[in-house]
Amino acid sequence: MRTRLTVNGEPREIEHDTRTTLLDALRDHLGLTGSKKGCDHGQCGACTVLLNGKRVNSCLCLAAMHEGDEVTTIEGLGSPEALNALQKAFVAKDGFQCGFCTPGQIMSATAMLEELRAGEPSYASASLEGDMPLDDAEIAERMSGNLCRCSAYPLIREAIAMAAEVKS
Amino acid sequence: MRDFEYSRAESLDGAAGQLGDGASIIAGGTNLLDLMKIQVMVPGRLVDISRLEDLKGISEHGDGLRIGALVTNSELAADARVRSGWPLLSRAILAGASAQIRNKATTGGNLLQRTRCPYFYDTAMACNKRTPGEGCAAQGGVGRMLAIFGTSEHCLAAHPSDMAVALTALAAEVEIRAADGGIRLVPVRELYRLPGDRPDLETVLGAGEIITAVRLPAPRPQTRQVYKKVRDRASYAFALVSVAVAVEMKDERIASVSLACGGVAPCPWTNPEAEQALIGAAPGDDAFATAADALVAQASCHPDTEFKIPLLRRTLIAALREATGLADSAAANPTTRTPA
Repeated sequence: MRTRLTVNGEPREIEHDTRTTLLDALRDHLGLTGSKKGCDHGQCGACTVLLNGKRVNSCLCLAAMHEGDEVTTIEGLGSPEALNALQKAFVAKDGFQCGFCTPGQIMSATAMLEELRAGEPSYASASLEGDMPLDDAEIAERMSGNLCRCSAYPLIREAIAMAAEVKS
Repeated sequence: MRDFEYSRAESLDGAAGQLGDGASIIAGGTNLLDLMKIQVMVPGRLVDISRLEDLKGISEHGDGLRIGALVTNSELAADARVRSGWPLLSRAILAGASAQIRNKATTGGNLLQRTRCPYFYDTAMACNKRTPGEGCAAQGGVGRMLAIFGTSEHCLAAHPSDMAVALTALAAEVEIRAADGGIRLVPVRELYRLPGDRPDLETVLGAGEIITAVRLPAPRPQTRQVYKKVRDRASYAFALVSVAVAVEMKDERIASVSLACGGVAPCPWTNPEAEQALIGAAPGDDAFATAADALVAQASCHPDTEFKIPLLRRTLIAALREATGLADSAAANPTTRTPA
């Protein structure tokens, strides 16, 4: 079957099996290997991409179901020559060791900062309404869908806090 | 994953017409695709309803809300009306899964996620839910997450939804489109079947029926709502136990109470005796202990789940203290301030 997607702003079309996940479409059909296959079951978050602006586990999406949808991957953020604010913050704070989870962490954090700007609460928010200060507990809760088996969590949270300050 | 045919439904009638004969509806797919990858579920056809506009959006319905079956968990938890009028529902949804999953998972799909235990996932082990009559490896196996109420010798699995527990305590109803196109309403607390000798049958949905919406009635005035969840890690884990309560106070006594528990049964677990023990009582640990005793009286534990009895008692009492103003919510919920 054929599916058309807009990936990082470019129209793309793939010929694929019904079983092809969005993650496999990105990696194996389009050569965008930044999104990683960690668990392939939605538990680790290494495959996180933005789907129509929302963060999702691309391993739990069927490509066939996303005809016409817009996908943003890590390749659609900054480039090695021109890192964006979050990418710079991860480097500045050393927010990784092996780096395998990093594209997913950065895609997830990108969406998380947007959710915060839209005033969406989290389980860690003291109030469901009103201001939500982005403290360490908020970042940890909002990023719980992204595992780091090197356990670089404290530095990942610092990097996100740093980028959030730059943005605001 | 086994091969399947894929079709995108253009209408609800069209979707209904393609059901039967090994077909499954797919919407968010977060549970179904996970189970298809390990061949625990092997539908021959997926009917994609994710584009059906009729099933989207939250609208006002009488004094309550009508939540379309395709409304995502994120959308529902963040809805301003839900946050102010039904905070229990927002809190419960935000206590479940991860942000990525909540962005994809739908209201209908959350209700219909499979009741499950590790042996259901392990195709090398016996499971009556996967293959009726095969046996239950959880009996005599290990099972910290297993249910303690409503189980049978054929199945010990718990329903993992937080959202369904909140909807049960809030007296929500499921709007179901029958195969003939008619609509029927089923309270969420009556949606699930206990396993008995057919643990493969989890709900009262009949062949060709599709959940179209959830109807949320207006909360009673002056009710305080609390959702309390206890789990093995600070975030992104199923409940060991959870408690949803909505308490209405009048003249410093409990005028009405609605209670549901998660992580302990094949469905959101309710107990009218525990509720009855609280009505008319002055809030306090004596009344709460009586209710907690009534709640756990019928428990039937696997050796690995005996800890759930004292844990459920304490969680209920903590939730009731908070809901009746005897404890403030920040002090009563310290785990939410601990980094994961």
